[in-house]
Amino acid sequence: MKEVAVIGVGQSSFVRGYEGSIRELAFEAFREAMQDAGITQKDVDASIFCSAPEYDKQRSPAGVLAEYLGLIPQPTFYVESVCSSSSTGVKVGYSMIKSGLHDVVVVLGFQKMSEITSAESQERMGRGADIQWEAPFGTMMPAYYALYAQAYMAKHGLTHDDLMSVRIKASTYGVINERAVYRKAVKPEDFKQGDPEAKMAGPVAWPLRVGDCCANADGSSCIILVNTEKAKALSKRPVWILGIGAASEAVNMAARPDFTKGLSVGYAAASQAYKMAGITPKNVKVAEVHDCFTIAEIMAYEGLGFAPMGEGKQLIREKTTYKEGRIPVNVDGGLLSKGHPIGATGGSQIRTIVLQLRGEAGPMQVAGEPDIGLVHNIGGVGLYGNVTIFGR
Amino acid sequence: MGFEKFGRKSFTAVTKMAKFVDLLAEGKIEGTICKDCGAKFFPPRADCAKCLSKNMDWFEMPKKGKLETFTTAYYAPFGFEGDPPYTMGVVDFGGGQKLFARLSKDIKPEEVKVGMDVTIRPLKYDDNQLSFEITKA
Repeated sequence: MKEVAVIGVGQSSFVRGYEGSIRELAFEAFREAMQDAGITQKDVDASIFCSAPEYDKQRSPAGVLAEYLGLIPQPTFYVESVCSSSSTGVKVGYSMIKSGLHDVVVVLGFQKMSEITSAESQERMGRGADIQWEAPFGTMMPAYYALYAQAYMAKHGLTHDDLMSVRIKASTYGVINERAVYRKAVKPEDFKQGDPEAKMAGPVAWPLRVGDCCANADGSSCIILVNTEKAKALSKRPVWILGIGAASEAVNMAARPDFTKGLSVGYAAASQAYKMAGITPKNVKVAEVHDCFTIAEIMAYEGLGFAPMGEGKQLIREKTTYKEGRIPVNVDGGLLSKGHPIGATGGSQIRTIVLQLRGEAGPMQVAGEPDIGLVHNIGGVGLYGNVTIFGR
Repeated sequence: MGFEKFGRKSFTAVTKMAKFVDLLAEGKIEGTICKDCGAKFFPPRADCAKCLSKNMDWFEMPKKGKLETFTTAYYAPFGFEGDPPYTMGVVDFGGGQKLFARLSKDIKPEEVKVGMDVTIRPLKYDDNQLSFEITKA
């Protein structure tokens, strides 16, 4: 089903403490995507802006950013699903194009996490889930994923060394990705318990340690979507959206069915996307998954059907998800090393897959000219799940 | 008494479920049950998500369950800085009923295991905030 294509992708460097405002940050990804597509603002029919609003001092940023990017008087609006905001934005853009309402839509994800102080940020993190019934216990994001990690490790024999291996894999590619926030290699000794020099070893929310948690960052991403006619007229190398899946789940942990089975939204979104694309997990040649914590990558392997339930650990033990493996995953460093600027993350994952399918991923390029790639992008603690499949 | 009395620190002052806090003061941990379709909810809800009824009643949560999972927090969000380390977990009572709360300080960290038998009880903090906690069966 080749009806909506990506003809331009862009991403800012992911950094700590971006030296500029959100409109200047947005401009970086937008400019690169527009140059990549070879179009001007006159070609664009509408824009969608995506972020997690609690970080922005600017209220209703869409209009402000659209003006800064030269996208007025075209329609613009704001889309939010926390960490999966820009995947949701792409889904909305897809719908607008497929409906025939618009021909060319810009989806721009951004987040300046350093827009607020770290004390303010911590308070918002604590309120990131069920503020009425769970935040009063002092919850935070790592603790929620740790609940999944604890139950999963107890049942399936996943070890701390396996989680460390996920972090080491991410760092392997963070080192070679010029846009990543964390560019250092991570070694096993960085996780050594009781060694004050081992900066990844400290507990955050046990069983998760410092090294199991992704890096906060400021960043922006931009995806330009067009219909079939425009794709043929404007682009020599369109990448098509073949399948889209999305799902939601109860916010409260007391309503989660089974902590040993991973995030239900991952399974639901994946099965929808595979069905729409008419493919199976075996057809996927390269993937980006939502590794906000190391455990999340293992659970994603299973939710996406790359491994049977409980066997995700084998993929990291056997290096199956390295660049040279059967199914390369997060070979741009992932959220763990590339960084996780909430609203920009989904668009950045999509950019990586589009570059892979065009053979333009540089040192991160997967061999064998991959023809199908997948993006898995989760919002909250499996509150929202998005899977999008791309093909040449 | 309003809902600002709930938990270590409440972020919600006004809710139709403020009676939950009054029940805690009476030593009861209760969820709600739909009088029309029988659906049970914990945490309690004023409205039934199954049949859209607003006709809800209170029911007392079971006492005996198993610890399905847990985590120990070594960092805390703004407003909880003095609390770490503290352990939080999910109790599975069976029949689809579960509960999320902190674990009592009287369980030693090395004693906490997935699948262990646990019970729940109301809790009053020194500053008179009301909550509930998971403890040994």
